[in-house]
Amino acid sequence: MSEVKNILLVGVGGQGTILASKILTSGLMKAGYDVKMSEIHGMSQRGGSVSTQVRYGDKVYSPIVGKGSADVIVAFEEMEALRWLDHLKIGGKMVINDHQIQPVPVNLGMAEYPEGIIEHLKEKVDVLSFKAAEVATELGNPKAMNIVLLGALVKAMGLDDIDWDAEIEANVKAKFVELNKKAFHAGYNL
Amino acid sequence: MKVIMSGNEAIARGAYEGGARFASAYPGTPSTEILENMPQYGDAVYSEWAPNEKVATEAAIGASIAGVRSFCAMKHVGMNVAADPIYTFAYTGVTGGFVMVVADDPGQHSSQNEQDNRNQAKAARLLMLEPSDSQEAHDFMKKAFALSEKMDMPVLMHVTTRVCHSKGIVELGEREEADVPDYEPKIKKYVTAPANAKVLRATLEDRVKAAREYACNCEFNRVEMHDTKIGVITSGVSYQYARETFGDNASYLKLGLTFPMPTCLIKDFCSKVDKVYVVEEMDPYIEEHVKMLGIECTGKDVIPRFDELNTDIVRKAFLGVEPETYTSDMKTVVRPPALCAGCPHRGLFYCLSKREKKDGIMITGDIGCYTLGMAAPLNALHSCICMGASISQGHGASIALRDAGKKTKVVSVIGDSTFFHTGVNSLMDAVYNSGSNLSIILDNRITGMTGHQQNPGTGYTLMGKEAPEVDIPALCKAIGVKEENIITVNPNHLDEVNAALDTLLAKDEPTVLITRWPCVLKKFSKQDLDEFPTLHKTQCVIDQDKCKNCKMCVKTGCPALISTKEKVVIDYTSCNGCTVCKQVCPFKAIEEVTR
Ligand SMILES: Cc1ncc(C[n+]2csc(CCOP(=O)(O)OP(=O)(O)O)c2C)c(N)n1
Ligand code: SF4
Ligand code: SF4
Ligand code: SF4
Repeated sequence: MSEVKNILLVGVGGQGTILASKILTSGLMKAGYDVKMSEIHGMSQRGGSVSTQVRYGDKVYSPIVGKGSADVIVAFEEMEALRWLDHLKIGGKMVINDHQIQPVPVNLGMAEYPEGIIEHLKEKVDVLSFKAAEVATELGNPKAMNIVLLGALVKAMGLDDIDWDAEIEANVKAKFVELNKKAFHAGYNL
Repeated sequence: MKVIMSGNEAIARGAYEGGARFASAYPGTPSTEILENMPQYGDAVYSEWAPNEKVATEAAIGASIAGVRSFCAMKHVGMNVAADPIYTFAYTGVTGGFVMVVADDPGQHSSQNEQDNRNQAKAARLLMLEPSDSQEAHDFMKKAFALSEKMDMPVLMHVTTRVCHSKGIVELGEREEADVPDYEPKIKKYVTAPANAKVLRATLEDRVKAAREYACNCEFNRVEMHDTKIGVITSGVSYQYARETFGDNASYLKLGLTFPMPTCLIKDFCSKVDKVYVVEEMDPYIEEHVKMLGIECTGKDVIPRFDELNTDIVRKAFLGVEPETYTSDMKTVVRPPALCAGCPHRGLFYCLSKREKKDGIMITGDIGCYTLGMAAPLNALHSCICMGASISQGHGASIALRDAGKKTKVVSVIGDSTFFHTGVNSLMDAVYNSGSNLSIILDNRITGMTGHQQNPGTGYTLMGKEAPEVDIPALCKAIGVKEENIITVNPNHLDEVNAALDTLLAKDEPTVLITRWPCVLKKFSKQDLDEFPTLHKTQCVIDQDKCKNCKMCVKTGCPALISTKEKVVIDYTSCNGCTVCKQVCPFKAIEEVTR
């Protein structure tokens, strides 16, 4: 029985982790894996921290990624990467969007946004960081940032045998298919 | 066919396949998406949003009495609202199969309390099913209708946040149509006048007894024998955590039907294993039953009685192992949710927060996005207990303070959906009993908090049909609020809000302020675009030459205002042009521009 793999996508409400995880899980299912995914909705939609947890393997029981078990963490925002560090498996990898979103306490001057998060994390773990929105903007639309990150994730997990172009076609509106395919490959080839 | 579905999507699909023809619900996380997924089966199943859970339950009961398979759905606290009808419907039993789906929220991801509604199944004597993933959510829901008919009992489909909001692979099936009999009154069964009800009370025990026997030999409860040194009894999503913790080093009694408890099955299983562990979330519901049978077991002495479980917690509790992790001494900052940029609630709460400091008003609150009016920097909401409670609490407080000789004025804030839910009864109390609180109805034209559901005031139904709109001012007037004491304002215009507050707070009788402007995340209807023509047409920018970096605008708490030591800028991708920041800038540094 193959070991269950764990992926965490973390970010801030409204950053579009949902579409990325939808494409991911649908591709994994077609590849014959058992897949579970967990998301927390609700209050967290209003600008709070959000996480999507994906697990796959021959047989998956719990939908939750435990501490010290994520093979890859994709952080759509820097501080969220730091927040979820304890969920990374020893030797696991982080893909971090080089982007900061100020939480309310920082905006109100009640707290300070930690500086140098990415450098700090690089001292401890294997980090790939880049400005996903810039990559997407160069391709024509900053919103495709989530698919750039998905491409980088697929590379990090070595999930090369799946026809990701077909999954993008199946899950994205027709007029955005080309853009998202380009975004996926840009992320994959980083 | 196999598809990936959340538990909620799977429940909706299961209801369709199980032959349901009627569904009613009031939204509430984590249950909301069940009914949101019903319109796709619209030809086969009629579905609707009800104003509250009691009404939803009663509507579904009506359909069952009429002979049709029906269900209702709600979050855990909704079951408290719906307790009255369901406790007595348990007596009468069903005609068409009836399922009440109740979604508990262990860990309080989006709830004001945590309650284990398995206790209510036991108290009311409802057949209870507990699926542990999407496939079971689908299968159990599908089978629940026939089960309900067979046992003549309503079914409580008990789910939790992790079942509702986790996705997994589901094998779909075909719809099974159920015949609808011609209507025939059954007065002895359904009129619970004491003479009939006493008889029903006795037959209910007979039905429970029959169900207990059924529970011992049914497909919902399953034994998985592996190593017999440890025997784990578990239900719901906890099964997944237990399975992952012990693997094949333990045997399992996985319970899917947990009221009535399958006593013989439990005894038999426990006799075959050396030690019994009970793994369950929240209350020791199963554990107490096992102990009552005189069987020794380990459960809540090692597993927490509250919050969600997960594999880490179960593993640590029983095996004493913890995962190795990376650590960091760098501190993260919390990221609390905030009212959206351009949220129509912001203007009102900004005005209230100023007055709260100046005049010392008491602000009773309610449940919805506007509960966030409590948070910094607004801090303008003092209580939140349950839906509809703001106006009744405000009424009680206003009388109590007045009788104690205090001058403190009381303001109650409530959303449109919450007003229709139960707030309207509270307003009746305030008017009927001559209270003096100001009730502010925040009419953002939608049910915001739970993800934008239609309600009786929005002009549309769940199935997308146009519907009559409740006229809130006319309703308040009909309840008895004087016409001159009802004012409607645009909450984005601070002057308008302040003038209305001045007028209404000067009165010593029940008054109503209605703030009417759509939620910025709402999908606007044609009526919205006609009524609010400036919606999303403009946005604001800060003229950095005029800005003195005084941070007054930041005190509105709008997340589009990004403030650093050096300056404040407006994020143009999120500003919705409500102009609240512009109105509070003392240096006229903020301009409104066309988008
Ligand atoms: C009894 C009960 N049912 C449902 C909920 C879930 N719930 C919380 S707020 C809310 C709706 C709020 O809508 P509205 O009053 O219109 O305010 P808005 O969020 O739009 O500001 C719902 C359904 C609950 N907390 N309690
Ligand atoms: S106008 Fe000002 S307060 Fe309103 S959304 Fe834009 S930045 Fe926020
Ligand atoms: S969803 Fe609507 S009501 Fe809720 S905070 Fe956002 S704008 Fe306000
Ligand atoms: S209130 Fe006006 S002057 Fe003060 S920081 Fe904001 S924009 Fe600048």
